[in-house]
Amino acid sequence: MEQLLEILRSMHPDVDFSAAMDLIDDGILDSLDIVTLVTEINSVFDVTIPAEEIVPENFNSADALMALINKLDEE
Amino acid sequence: MRKNILTYLEETALRVPNKIAFSTGKESMTFGEIHRSAQSIGSFLAEKSFRGEPIVIFMDKHPRTVTSFFGVIYAGCFYVCLDEKMPKARMDAILENLKPRALICDKKNEKSARELAVEHVFLYDEIAACSPCRELLAEVRDVQCDKDPIYVVFTSGSTGVPKGVVACHRSVIDYTEALSRALEFNEDTVFANQTPLYFDAPLKEIMPTIQLGATTYFVPKTLFSFPVRLIEYLNEYRINTICWVVSALVQISSLGALETMVPKYLTKVAFGSEVFPRKQYDHWRKALPNAAFFNLYGPTEATGMSCYWRADRDLDEEEPIPVGRPFDNTDILLLTDEGKRALAGESGEICIRGTCLTMGYYNNPEKTAEVFTQNPLNSAYPERIYRTGDMGRYNEYGDLVFVCRKDSQIKHMGHRIELGEIESAALKLDSVRRACCVYDADAKRIVLFYVGDTEEGELGTQLAAYLPRYMLPSLTLRLDELPLTDNGKIDRRRLKEQAMRMDLK
Repeated sequence: MEQLLEILRSMHPDVDFSAAMDLIDDGILDSLDIVTLVTEINSVFDVTIPAEEIVPENFNSADALMALINKLDEE
Repeated sequence: MRKNILTYLEETALRVPNKIAFSTGKESMTFGEIHRSAQSIGSFLAEKSFRGEPIVIFMDKHPRTVTSFFGVIYAGCFYVCLDEKMPKARMDAILENLKPRALICDKKNEKSARELAVEHVFLYDEIAACSPCRELLAEVRDVQCDKDPIYVVFTSGSTGVPKGVVACHRSVIDYTEALSRALEFNEDTVFANQTPLYFDAPLKEIMPTIQLGATTYFVPKTLFSFPVRLIEYLNEYRINTICWVVSALVQISSLGALETMVPKYLTKVAFGSEVFPRKQYDHWRKALPNAAFFNLYGPTEATGMSCYWRADRDLDEEEPIPVGRPFDNTDILLLTDEGKRALAGESGEICIRGTCLTMGYYNNPEKTAEVFTQNPLNSAYPERIYRTGDMGRYNEYGDLVFVCRKDSQIKHMGHRIELGEIESAALKLDSVRRACCVYDADAKRIVLFYVGDTEEGELGTQLAAYLPRYMLPSLTLRLDELPLTDNGKIDRRRLKEQAMRMDLK
């Protein structure tokens, strides 16, 4: 989780990602951030986020993202 | 002769009053509704005697926003669209240049609108509900001619001061007719709009929609982050035509969405404003083998797009996607530095001639005179051309090919180098998805920014297979993503600044 928060913080240092729950709906993450995130997560966690998992529900909070990473990791 | 853009709206509203013209998916307006509300807005503004003045539109992207555009034109005014997401400094610079007295906003933007330096703030809902005054609108129309402005669109000037391009009825009609014919739009065309309304780019959807009775969907911006959801949206509304910037298309294909789902109703894909990386282009072509692909090219100063190329043949591996031929009633001149026609195969500055030329920059005679100049091939009478600052040449098929920006041609260690050539070499590598090359003139070095899997050190070695030594970047920097301008193009200025900053360390 700490690694993920680090990635997120490096993109938006002013946001408290451990608490934020509406990263997409509040417009905190834009389309460029999503690409950055997908690329970073794929390389740091050694997973491949498939296109069908790139949906707002999986990107709205750090928790949701972590759950996605864990799910992909198990597969 | 058609001399007023409003006649499109009037004819279409008469023919298909109940057809949806613009929609967000959730909310829609028909041609009849737009026609009625635009007349109301027009009457209100004309009554207040704002005729001939700029009216700022400060609203979210919505059918109401387009209705406001036409309302402003009904009043004999011209519209300038601003957006709450524009940087404050840019907005201030625009208002300083325009000095507008009036603004139309929606409820959501009312608070920020009242903080702007504009005296009169009108709420859309209030003025669109006024009763229209036919006599007043007829009176306005009576004294209008087709050289009257209908909008000002601000482009980013290279100095950072935005320049306001003034377009008139005549140039927009000329553009709309030529574009619709070349791309074969008709009333069954269903567009999905991607670009913000404060540029000229959305004219590609708005004007043909009004002209032909087609339909445009305004795609919610967040969907561009989630490619599969975006494709679901395109399928839900049976979108058959998109005219998007290259970056938006690359976002979809590079995240692997086309393998998961195909935008199955798409029959036309037009793209432009920047170079389409070949691998991503091929990806799209493969995913939609039956769709027609168009590369569009043109500056805001010539109203919108000036040239188009229909992908009717496979390109060689090394071949850039041509920008093709000019639209009907537009002429392209390739001029050398000496003001002569470039010879066959030689590159020259792309200059544009024709009715599509806009009036020039608002309140800025100096910048206007720099680029709207006398045709150097004609010394007999005044004839205006627009100098794009882009270099081009003709290929063996007689199609125009974009070479580079005139100012991206650099002198490095005594060699004349096109930065674009370095970029296309990098994009040939499988491991590079996007590339942008800048020249740091102070440190005398070529800096290549890229997105991809190759390590920074390796890239230089790989490029050596394609480029002569003097063209190899002195510095390669890998980024997660290239920064984009508001319009979705690669932000070269920001990258150049970043390259210069690297130097300080």
